[in-house]
Amino acid sequence: MAGKMKPRTRREFLGSSAAMAAAVAIGPSAALAKPDDVVAEIKKLFGDKPLTAGRIKLDLPTIAENGLVVPLNFEVQSPMTDNDYVKAVHFWADGNPNPQVASFNFTPMAPKAAAQIRIRLAQTQNIVAVAEMSDGKLFTAKQEVKVTIGGCGG
Amino acid sequence: MSTPTPRVRMPATAKAGEVIEVKTLISHEMETGQRKDSSGQTVPRRIIKKFVATFNGKEVLSADWHPAVAANPYQAFFVKVPETGTFEFSWFDDNGEIYKSAHKVTVG
Repeated sequence: MAGKMKPRTRREFLGSSAAMAAAVAIGPSAALAKPDDVVAEIKKLFGDKPLTAGRIKLDLPTIAENGLVVPLNFEVQSPMTDNDYVKAVHFWADGNPNPQVASFNFTPMAPKAAAQIRIRLAQTQNIVAVAEMSDGKLFTAKQEVKVTIGGCGG
Repeated sequence: MSTPTPRVRMPATAKAGEVIEVKTLISHEMETGQRKDSSGQTVPRRIIKKFVATFNGKEVLSADWHPAVAANPYQAFFVKVPETGTFEFSWFDDNGEIYKSAHKVTVG
């Protein structure tokens, strides 16, 4: 986290000290997830099935001042009929102590594969979404959220 | 921690087949299991791990929550009202407790 000693701009310094503060708050026992962990989680659920970008509309702030409460809205394009609906939508965060965030299971009784929740982010990181369709196809979307104050530890 | 109290906002009447938005909130600390108290002891994890919405006993949607879900979890989503009936929402706590809230919607 400390990086190599090289001259840094004020902005870089402020950014990294905020990240360090977040890491210290979490404590040394809780290592943060890495992007590879999210890839591994996706593999665990879906194996090597291909992921296609698209169909998922993610609505997340690009900058979250407070990592404790970050609004997450999403909608997956689907007719939501008995034969063609969104079975599940999973979310991961690649810089939290635990990469899992939430999973939503939809049925054809739901008119829209959409929901709003509020999540915690420990630091600036990517939110990865994977939607699983009733025909087994997988769609994905990703967005980075910059976090000013981390949302973990106390 | 005080007893978690669910709160749900949704219309009491709807047209047949109408899509309505449901907004839910439950007061709960969503203790991540990562935090340490003042004496350096890790505070044990206690979160709401599952949310389920049903209509007349049939599941409409459910959600699995992890510690990354913020305290006092809020969830808004959409349901269709095919006929007069009751929506029931359940929150499943790590400690085994289930908090429920039922809402009748009249079609007419």
